[in-house]
Amino acid sequence: MATPISPLFIPKPHLQLLLNELRHRGYSVVGPTVDQEAIVYGEIQSIEQLPQGWTDEQAPGHYRLKRRDDNAWFGFVVGPHSWKKYLFPPKTTLLTAEKTESGWQFIPRSADTTKFALLGVRACELAAMRIQDQVFLNGPYQDPLYRERREHLFVISVNCTQAASTCFCTSMKTGPRCENGFDLALTEIDTGFLCEVGSERGREVLDAFVSLARRASEGSSVASNSNNDCVTANEICFATPEQLKSAENARQQAVDQITRQMETSDLPGLLLSNLDHPRWKEVGERCLSCTNCTMVCPTCFCSSVTEVRDLNMDRVERERTWDSCFNPDFSYLGGSLVRNDTASRYRQWLTHKLDGWHAQFGTSGCVGCGRCITWCPVGIDITEEVAAIREETSP
Amino acid sequence: MTTSSQPTLRENPWFTHTVRIADLIEETEGVATYQLVMTDGNSSSMYEFVPGQFNMLYLPGVGESAISMSGDPDRNDGWIHTVRVAGNVTKTLARLQRGDTLGLRGPFGAGWPVSELVRKDVIIVAGGLGMAPLRPLVYYLMNHREQFGKIWLILGARTSDGLLYPSEYAAWRKRDIEVILTVDRATAGWNGHVGVVTQLIDRLQLSRPEQSHLVTCGPEVMMKYAAMSGLRLGIDAERIWVSMERNMQCAAGLCGHCQLGPEFICKDGPVVRYDRIRPYLFVEQL
Repeated sequence: MATPISPLFIPKPHLQLLLNELRHRGYSVVGPTVDQEAIVYGEIQSIEQLPQGWTDEQAPGHYRLKRRDDNAWFGFVVGPHSWKKYLFPPKTTLLTAEKTESGWQFIPRSADTTKFALLGVRACELAAMRIQDQVFLNGPYQDPLYRERREHLFVISVNCTQAASTCFCTSMKTGPRCENGFDLALTEIDTGFLCEVGSERGREVLDAFVSLARRASEGSSVASNSNNDCVTANEICFATPEQLKSAENARQQAVDQITRQMETSDLPGLLLSNLDHPRWKEVGERCLSCTNCTMVCPTCFCSSVTEVRDLNMDRVERERTWDSCFNPDFSYLGGSLVRNDTASRYRQWLTHKLDGWHAQFGTSGCVGCGRCITWCPVGIDITEEVAAIREETSP
Repeated sequence: MTTSSQPTLRENPWFTHTVRIADLIEETEGVATYQLVMTDGNSSSMYEFVPGQFNMLYLPGVGESAISMSGDPDRNDGWIHTVRVAGNVTKTLARLQRGDTLGLRGPFGAGWPVSELVRKDVIIVAGGLGMAPLRPLVYYLMNHREQFGKIWLILGARTSDGLLYPSEYAAWRKRDIEVILTVDRATAGWNGHVGVVTQLIDRLQLSRPEQSHLVTCGPEVMMKYAAMSGLRLGIDAERIWVSMERNMQCAAGLCGHCQLGPEFICKDGPVVRYDRIRPYLFVEQL
């Protein structure tokens, strides 16, 4: 770990130089951008591609992009995408089979060398990454692609300065403050970003970026430990007490805006001991089994493998795609389906996410990001379902 | 152990070996036993497994199927798998011949608790093809017979044609394993028991139930009733073991398909202790 030092203040336009430095180091930089009437994650080359001046309005079954009355760059919460699409891609080839004269040969996927730098990772999303690390790296078997991508990953997190009505990270103890798991962490204030360092790699990139910025602004100085001698707003310096205070206030605003809660003291246990609860049938009647919640969830990891073959069957690729426990054939077994109705699939999803996950991975599978609430077409609210099962449980 | 160019199963559970069908034996209608030899290496430990574990057999263009080992764990001349034609993968496998190749990765899963069985009496209950994953255990117990107490093998099938490996029963009995056979429906020439396996479990006279284990593999409903019979004989749920079947795709606890309650049947099982799985076995559509 780097020695903790006080945060640097980075004027907004300088963020481009950080992007340049990362690209120069071979990273493909991905960050939030406006597309498909939502804020989604995609490759960015320029700070102009960030959702400057945009925000999102979220409620159960509701998401709208809106113009802000200021020009904040990260003045929104989380959208339908999560970073898992970079570490655990929606579609990937695991293996290629080739028919040769001596029979089938199996060629493993070649090692992945893509280096991603993620810009704008929120605290709940850092928590989601820690959870997927448990799934894909820390069990008896590892997912090789996840491991390769994770090793090269550079993470720039951004502290939330506002919350959506669907957020409940404070209940899940995952946010909104980014505590660890990042290389660099930013907090946005009016004129720029306060930048904290979370790793050696983060320190190295920041140092390189600062000298780049220094060269770019021709002799503008970067503060030394003892001496904060910035004179204009265009310089990278140690944050002033006023700037530190603004950042603190901005972060507190996110905490204050969180209204949704989930009681977790009886999780794990509550759901697995209520498998016959009437609420499952009731929610099964509302749920469309559309899989949206599992697709937007930053921790859901289920997948299926399909055979993709050429016409003469000499070459076959084994392709892994995201799957969902809400798909009917997900539980296919010996000619029939184990979970044959929507109620049983919803029960599987919720009990796994909030209960069984603890036994499997030593953590809840929920980070309180609220995506499953927002993106449910009928607005089913995970916090409400848990509360209903608790309330109607006979003692 | 792997050669240096090959990742370990932990590093890449998808790594698939080419295996060649060295031998195949028709067991009964639609059931055959395959001897599969690896083409990409030659070490004495390459066929090591724990009785009860499984491999993923891969037919390119068709898919994979989880198939338990059914051979002797102390032999190292190939993977032995007894396979019944059930879905597309096993249907395609059934059309292959000696010399043909396919893919294999494994071994995966938790097997029978062989070390816990030492000095204990063991009741083995098999139904139909459920004998296949239990045969490695039978071999293991025979190979180390002096380490174990009394051993019963209760084997049931729909008809006598479904009783697997009949030519071996004499050898098993010779090693002091009490082999008890039963069929649901008697056909011409059958003069043994008729009825479900649980009736035979109920009749056992255990001299020390607190030192006895029951292990079972077969249709889920049979295992549930076999476990309940075991409990009635005074065998605690902690000493009853069942081999579960669920949709297994990755075999490594990474794809999510095979979950039953908090268990990944592929990695926490397929052999699971009854007390762990009991709360979930009787819940419909779990």
